[in-house]
Amino acid sequence: MSQPSTITIDGQTVPFQEGQTIMEAALAANIYIPHLCYQRDLTPDGSCRLCTVTVNGRNTSACNTKAMAGQQVLNNTQELQDIRQTLTRMLFVEGDHICPGCTKTGNCQLQAVAYYVGMLSSHYHHFYSYRKIDASHPDYFIDFNRCILCELCVRASRDVDHKNVFGLSGRGRKTHLVINSPSGELADTDFAVGDKAAFICPVGAILRKRTRYTTPIGERLYDLQPINVVGDAQQIHAGAKRHGNQN
Amino acid sequence: MMNLETAKHPENLKRVVLEPLTRVEGHGKITLLVDDDNHVQQARLHIVEFRGFEKFIQGRPFWEIPVMVQRLCGICPVSHHLAAAKAVDMLVGARTLTPTAENLRVMLHLGQTLQSHALHFFHLSSPDLLFGFEDEITHRNILGVIADHPDIGLQGVRLRKYGQEVIRHISGKRVHGTASLPGGMNKPLTNHSRTVLLADIDQIIQWSQAAVKLAKKVYLSNPDFHQRFGYLETNMLSLIRDDGALDLYHGGLRAKDAQGQTIFDHIDYCEYQKYIQEEVKSWSYMKFPFIISKGTAEGWYRVGPLARVNNCDFITTPLAEATRQEFKFHAGGNFIHASLAYHWARMIEMLYSAERIKELLLDDVTMGEDLMAYGEKCQEGIGVVEAPRGTLFHHYQIDENDLVVKANLIVSTTNNNQAMNETVRQVAVNYLDGRSLTEGLLNHLEVAVRAYDPCLSCATHALGKMPLSVEMVNSRGDVVDSIVRSATGEIKRSG
Ligand code: SF4
Ligand code: FES
Repeated sequence: MSQPSTITIDGQTVPFQEGQTIMEAALAANIYIPHLCYQRDLTPDGSCRLCTVTVNGRNTSACNTKAMAGQQVLNNTQELQDIRQTLTRMLFVEGDHICPGCTKTGNCQLQAVAYYVGMLSSHYHHFYSYRKIDASHPDYFIDFNRCILCELCVRASRDVDHKNVFGLSGRGRKTHLVINSPSGELADTDFAVGDKAAFICPVGAILRKRTRYTTPIGERLYDLQPINVVGDAQQIHAGAKRHGNQN
Repeated sequence: MMNLETAKHPENLKRVVLEPLTRVEGHGKITLLVDDDNHVQQARLHIVEFRGFEKFIQGRPFWEIPVMVQRLCGICPVSHHLAAAKAVDMLVGARTLTPTAENLRVMLHLGQTLQSHALHFFHLSSPDLLFGFEDEITHRNILGVIADHPDIGLQGVRLRKYGQEVIRHISGKRVHGTASLPGGMNKPLTNHSRTVLLADIDQIIQWSQAAVKLAKKVYLSNPDFHQRFGYLETNMLSLIRDDGALDLYHGGLRAKDAQGQTIFDHIDYCEYQKYIQEEVKSWSYMKFPFIISKGTAEGWYRVGPLARVNNCDFITTPLAEATRQEFKFHAGGNFIHASLAYHWARMIEMLYSAERIKELLLDDVTMGEDLMAYGEKCQEGIGVVEAPRGTLFHHYQIDENDLVVKANLIVSTTNNNQAMNETVRQVAVNYLDGRSLTEGLLNHLEVAVRAYDPCLSCATHALGKMPLSVEMVNSRGDVVDSIVRSATGEIKRSG
């Protein structure tokens, strides 16, 4: 058997399997590269750009760039953190991310990433967009004001649940999430509690109804450890389901 | 008393604007229209209140409300949290909580009352009360109190901190935590928290006792002044427990007239709209609530510590009850109406809160793990608590998809709106009429308003260093005189 191929990330040698992306190789080696639209079992989308790394001197997204032997990857540099902070700020001002009033607070990946990249203020002007909540479904509601267009729900519903409940529509600044149903409402789809798409949203856009602030402050996912240690928000759902507790 | 709400010929009068009020949480402005001899012809307190909130939560899912509405105020967020939580309990059909959840809610509320009352008395009012209204502005603040009376100043700081610690142990944070869920609470009290809180409670009770003594002493020390200043005979409204005891968290509505005669009693607060209405006046953003059966002219009332201590038949904790009896004795069993008696009543309630917190900490029910109650969902929920500043109403309607369609809030300060205006008018007539403007004199007006501890929006100005500007405008609208008090306390005059 031949020697496994390797790349370096911030000087550390990291092995990878043929076909793996830089993100996959990094995660396998327990190296955190910030990300919002990437999730292990889904085809990468490359839309949030938070995973921007420098590969042999050029910036590219780690989630959809294949690892190739000898690549020198920079990840944890001030310059990259600054870029990520700018991207995170833009996500915050584009939507309505008022953490104190959101039931996802403490368990939200966007909030955790914002802490990780050192974001202390929004910096840019808020768009103050107002999009109506879809609360038509008996068990879930969708707050479009918090959607960061990561398309995780789109991919999960299409590729895993085989229901194709979600899609993106519009272009550029007008891009928005839509529900594929005659009325455009979630109640009109076969979206259900057990769907992968039901617990994949990294922010507080797709939420189980009446789940409230059940987990006390101090015990929420990102109260305990930062996101670079504890990982994605979706993980808590696996644990949460065990306790019959979604948030 | 002469009616000073609206002058007969405002066009010939000078305008004195005093804004913003220092050491009142938020913004307020007093305008005095003064004639050529500096006689006050019209006095109004304008309060800029953040009513947008009712609109803001429309379309939101109901379970977000208790945490969201806390942002209405940085001083008494817990009161909003709890009033909303009670309303939301109703929405999920949990009208009776588990005994443990009930105890935790009450304790959270008392922690809030303790910290808010301590803040108000020691940080905001004691400088005026100890040094007099005409004392140097740079000295007349909590730092001055700490310098001249270190024991009193530091006790104030520690009392406030203890209340905040109670809140933190129950809700996770000192300000804006999460605790109440629709139908209960999100975590039990740990043994560690109980031990930590019990360790200091006797000291807290002792200091609270001393605070009542101090408030009483100050009130009695210059009876002519303290008992006449802002004296106003009014109706009083508060929640009351079934047996007539003081209760800050739950009860029926009790209203008595100035002579202490019952107007209504033990009214289910869900029926509040049958008893209380709000009047809109063109010159103020804040509404004017009144008791329907007495009409707008006679039906306005006061809420808060003075109303509660006057209204209740007894207090359940022994030390506070003894101080209540002294309070009652002082007025020969009648209602005390002087605005500055608010401070005395406030300290009686602080003592009650401290004693009751101890009882709850010693009660094993508080340490239980059964925290949630469930029931049949409905679409309308009303929650009322006695916030530190007075009766607080939260009222919500939701649609079949759980989204809020209507919200109505009557906050404590709104309940006191007319009373504060009347107090301002009275003080204006007694203390400003015929004298030219001085900073100390104008401060009398602020002190009158401050007795009500109005919570005008969300900011704390504990150091009394908000800039203050006073303008005198003649009938043609020209500024003829002005005083500006800067953030450092420096006074500039022009004109
Ligand atoms: S709803 Fe959530 S998962 Fe779906 S695109 Fe928006 S942010 Fe991503
Ligand atoms: S995680 Fe790579 S672009 Fe979003």
